[in-house]
Amino acid sequence: MGDNHHPLAEMAEEDGDHQPLRGSDPPDQVLDTVLETVLQFLTCRQDRNSASLVCQSWHRAEALTRSELFIGNCYAVSPARATARFPRVESIYIKGRPRFADFNLMPRNWGAHFRPWVSAMSRAYPWLEKVYLKRMSLTNDDLALLADSFRQFKELELVFCEGFGTKGLSEIASKCRQLRVLDLSDTEVIDDAMDWISSFPEGETPLESLTFDCVECEINFEALEGLVARSPSLKKLRLNRYVSIRQLYQLLIKAPQLTHLGTGSFSQSENIQHLDDNQDLDYHSAFAACKSLVCLSGFKEVMPEYLPSIYPVCANLTSLNFSYTNINPQQFRSVIVHCHKLQNLWLLDTVCDEGLQAVAASCKDLRELRVFPVHPDEDIEGPVSEVGLQAISEGCRKLQSILYFCQRMTNEAVIAMSRNCPDLVVFRLCIMGRHQPDHVTRKPMDEGFGAIVKNCRKLTRLAVSGLLTDKAFSYIGQYGKLVRTLSVAFAGDSDMGLRYVLEGCPRLQKLEIRDSPFGDEALWAGAHRYYNMRFLWMSSCRVSRLGCQEIARSMPHLVVELLRYEEEDAPFVEEDNNNFSVLYMYRSLEQTRNDAPESVTIL
Amino acid sequence: MSAPGRAGHSPEMVEYSGAMNLDETELTLGLPGGESRGKSGTKRGFPDTIDLSIGAKRRSLTGGGEAAKDPDIAVAERREDEVSGTISSKPPATKTQVVGWPPVRSFRKNVMTKSCKFVKVAVDGAPYLRKVDLEMYSSYQQLLAALEGMFSCFTIRKYLKERKLMDPANGGEYVPTYEDKDGDWMLVGDVPWKMFVESCKRLRLMKGSEAVGLAPRASASTCTSSSS
Repeated sequence: MGDNHHPLAEMAEEDGDHQPLRGSDPPDQVLDTVLETVLQFLTCRQDRNSASLVCQSWHRAEALTRSELFIGNCYAVSPARATARFPRVESIYIKGRPRFADFNLMPRNWGAHFRPWVSAMSRAYPWLEKVYLKRMSLTNDDLALLADSFRQFKELELVFCEGFGTKGLSEIASKCRQLRVLDLSDTEVIDDAMDWISSFPEGETPLESLTFDCVECEINFEALEGLVARSPSLKKLRLNRYVSIRQLYQLLIKAPQLTHLGTGSFSQSENIQHLDDNQDLDYHSAFAACKSLVCLSGFKEVMPEYLPSIYPVCANLTSLNFSYTNINPQQFRSVIVHCHKLQNLWLLDTVCDEGLQAVAASCKDLRELRVFPVHPDEDIEGPVSEVGLQAISEGCRKLQSILYFCQRMTNEAVIAMSRNCPDLVVFRLCIMGRHQPDHVTRKPMDEGFGAIVKNCRKLTRLAVSGLLTDKAFSYIGQYGKLVRTLSVAFAGDSDMGLRYVLEGCPRLQKLEIRDSPFGDEALWAGAHRYYNMRFLWMSSCRVSRLGCQEIARSMPHLVVELLRYEEEDAPFVEEDNNNFSVLYMYRSLEQTRNDAPESVTIL
Repeated sequence: MSAPGRAGHSPEMVEYSGAMNLDETELTLGLPGGESRGKSGTKRGFPDTIDLSIGAKRRSLTGGGEAAKDPDIAVAERREDEVSGTISSKPPATKTQVVGWPPVRSFRKNVMTKSCKFVKVAVDGAPYLRKVDLEMYSSYQQLLAALEGMFSCFTIRKYLKERKLMDPANGGEYVPTYEDKDGDWMLVGDVPWKMFVESCKRLRLMKGSEAVGLAPRASASTCTSSSS
């Protein structure tokens, strides 16, 4: 968030060999020690990147004192190179697949394997404490290796990952005795029929955070109850939908110290046959006892009649995730009117424009809003529209980040938001109908998005949609000087659109484009930018294999991958230009990777 | 006239099913296959749309004239008219299923389909189609009230036993019917609510005169039971 850094520095973080060109000083032990002592306090990686460029001493000292390693693209640098340059890493953050892979636009076996990293680190960083992976593939064996290799391992966070199962979780639970954090978010976990909750050791645990709301397997509730009871430091607990509201109650009365709670299903289990089932427990009191609760999520199969039990905690909530919660505007309103401190809110559009009006009235401190479609379709009249967006813009002036799915929108509402919410850093609007114009004026959505880049001076992330001409892109190029991430779909008229962006946005790092009429000329126009970007994704556009080959030939540190999408289950529009559907290119210090599947051609 | 169970499909629509995706011939306001659905900003009441509906439907099917032109070309021509401002040079995309659009993760989609039951609602003579989520209601009364809200011209008759919807402008009655899992068209209200939710595939508000052929599944006495 809000990364303002010099493009060269970003390259330096991945470039182990890039030594600064000052005259080489003879190594001074005292100076080096002083340097290291000072530099260890530098935490921000952009500052560290800058420091490493000052001179050789600084480069060396910085490398020795960097304890947090951020790898923005797992293929930009090899594990060998990273571990060689930074010998004392305690926590590592690795990102794999590009974001559009989440929408089935990439073959599943494309890559981003954790194995080479965990292998290298098992030798290089025996004291490793923290691993955070995003969009990586990992196996049970990888988790077993991790559990075996790092005696002090404390935190594992997996976001949008896949490839492993409950067996792997069991390894982590049983062997990582100092485990404080085990967080799985939107991660696919295979049901290996392994009771991983029971794998946690007996006795008190140092667990602080346990998140498994995405795990689609039943769990041993008794074991979970026991685990919670013997984890006095537990602050964050996010349950999956196999936990009923009765079971939630049992946990809450054992853990009133929780600050973050994912409620699980929040409904009655259908299977329980107990005699006292009809007797409702005092859920209200159980919640009232949780005086520290600030973050609430779950409600995966919510029975709305139980919602009033959360009223006691609403006044303190700063974060509420109702994005799996199918409730109507009235049910939602009765909750949201109590939530005056809310800063982060995720919703389903079933709350309708009315629900958003209620948010605007109650949540004056709102910073982040996400509205997801309950029915991600193109041919129905959606329940939220420009009315909701306008209301939010008027009521939530401190808004910094918004993701809004809708069926219809107007320039007027978007312009209003650009004026009312000048602090916007992230603006992602998804008008689900492709090429949809402003539904009142029938004009393209150019002016709306233009106003956003013009008026929101802090904007770093933008996703556009609806009917857009090259004009919209000229606005982005002209005003979007801080934009780092841009997502484009079904937009633009000609190569000029892409050119405006590539020539106008100096901070652009991640550019993902699909189904837009941009071709080889535009691709060439951006050649001067690609070493300063993390990646460029173009799918179903007009680039040709020849054009891509030219780029690949002239830029040796750029990996140019052409992907053919071949899976049978999903329908796919045939590409007629040289038989590839995705161009994915990224800078890298390494040779061509050897783990790519057949559907990938690396030029 | 159209037979029950065809949701008002006229012969012309069936003829074109080869040329276009059948979904595109559903009753919608505007052009089949059109990204710009031609919906105006304000919702119009049903009486306002009656005249338009007959004309528009015919135009959208036959491409602007009595003679049947190639529907895809006609669609393209209409789109140029409809979208004012810069006309983009790209060809109008046909409405095929597109991978990964809208950009909602399958994880989220998979979880959500478990708790939704969306069915299409067609009203005889109306040019637009709606969808309702049956899971949002817990009784027939709530459902019919919601339908009344959507097709804003109707009023539910006082005699709920009959469960008909009146259109004051038209003077006719509308009978709520549904297509069940077996493909049969049934009168709404004959089975317990939960059973209805499970078996209902789509709803159709039929003109009273049309519903004559539909006999209630059970005897008249079950109709008098409370709407639950």
